[in-house]
Amino acid sequence: LTGLRSAPVPEPGGADHVRGPADAPLIIEYGDFECPYCAALSLRLEQVTCRLVFRHFPVRSSHPRAWPAACAAEAADRQGRFWEMHDLLFSDPGRLEDPHLWRRAERLGLDLDRFEADRRSEAVRDRVRGDFRSGVRAGVVTTPTVFTAGRMHAGRFDVARLS
Amino acid sequence: VIIEPGAPVPEFTLRRGDGRRFTRADLEGDTTVLVFYPFAFSPVCTDQLNLYDEVLDELTAAGATVYGVSCDATYSQTAFRERLGVRIEQLSDFEPKGAACRAFGVYHEGGFPQRALVIVGPDARVRWSYQAASTSELPGANLIFDALAAT
Repeated sequence: LTGLRSAPVPEPGGADHVRGPADAPLIIEYGDFECPYCAALSLRLEQVTCRLVFRHFPVRSSHPRAWPAACAAEAADRQGRFWEMHDLLFSDPGRLEDPHLWRRAERLGLDLDRFEADRRSEAVRDRVRGDFRSGVRAGVVTTPTVFTAGRMHAGRFDVARLS
Repeated sequence: VIIEPGAPVPEFTLRRGDGRRFTRADLEGDTTVLVFYPFAFSPVCTDQLNLYDEVLDELTAAGATVYGVSCDATYSQTAFRERLGVRIEQLSDFEPKGAACRAFGVYHEGGFPQRALVIVGPDARVRWSYQAASTSELPGANLIFDALAAT
């Protein structure tokens, strides 16, 4: 019963999705692909130099398609295409039904059968759940929540703070 | 000032979604988490209840029953709960407005509950209480799990 007690936000590790130069300011984002503020943040982060760690924080009653979308991104990761799927999901967050996910997988040239099996697998669900739980333990309530320079910023985040 | 740990819960009356009374006696025998929130449908309250609902099974497994409490009318609370799609039962402090919130020391002079959490033990004594520094602060679910584990 101690699984969701407070814990510091985990440092970036081997299981994380990371992009950007190693010496750039670090951002750890807890987000979900159905969240319009996360999509907007994703666009703004493209305009600055940063080292981004993306972690899943899907909450079913807020965004019912956030879970399937997170699992789709993890399934794409199993074929080495996490960030491409991340960008495709945020580029059109209003289209997250299964056929929309399949279309994105096709566009990325993924093995569709494998994508379909992976995104429904317990291993992928555990991966997403692990991110979510680390966020809960660090006090995340809403998306996007960003950790940078040891501070938590809930909700809209001004990327100008990074420079 | 919010009611402190160790204090017996005062007498109060809230209304359940079906109009039935919910009183101090309903707290006895259970560990209860009361989630006081300012307004149904306000954006921050939405995020908070959504998250608590996402981890509700684990709160239940930790032995806690969770209720949302606001001064909104029962019908508004029900509409709010259905709109969010959350399972957490809502309790209304509509008339006399805020009387139960005052009894717990969480009534805001603006006419709504402070954002606050109160955990009550099976003996109807307060085990833990927490008031957010501002109504825009979002108390994480981790705080509830910490308190349930510690007391």
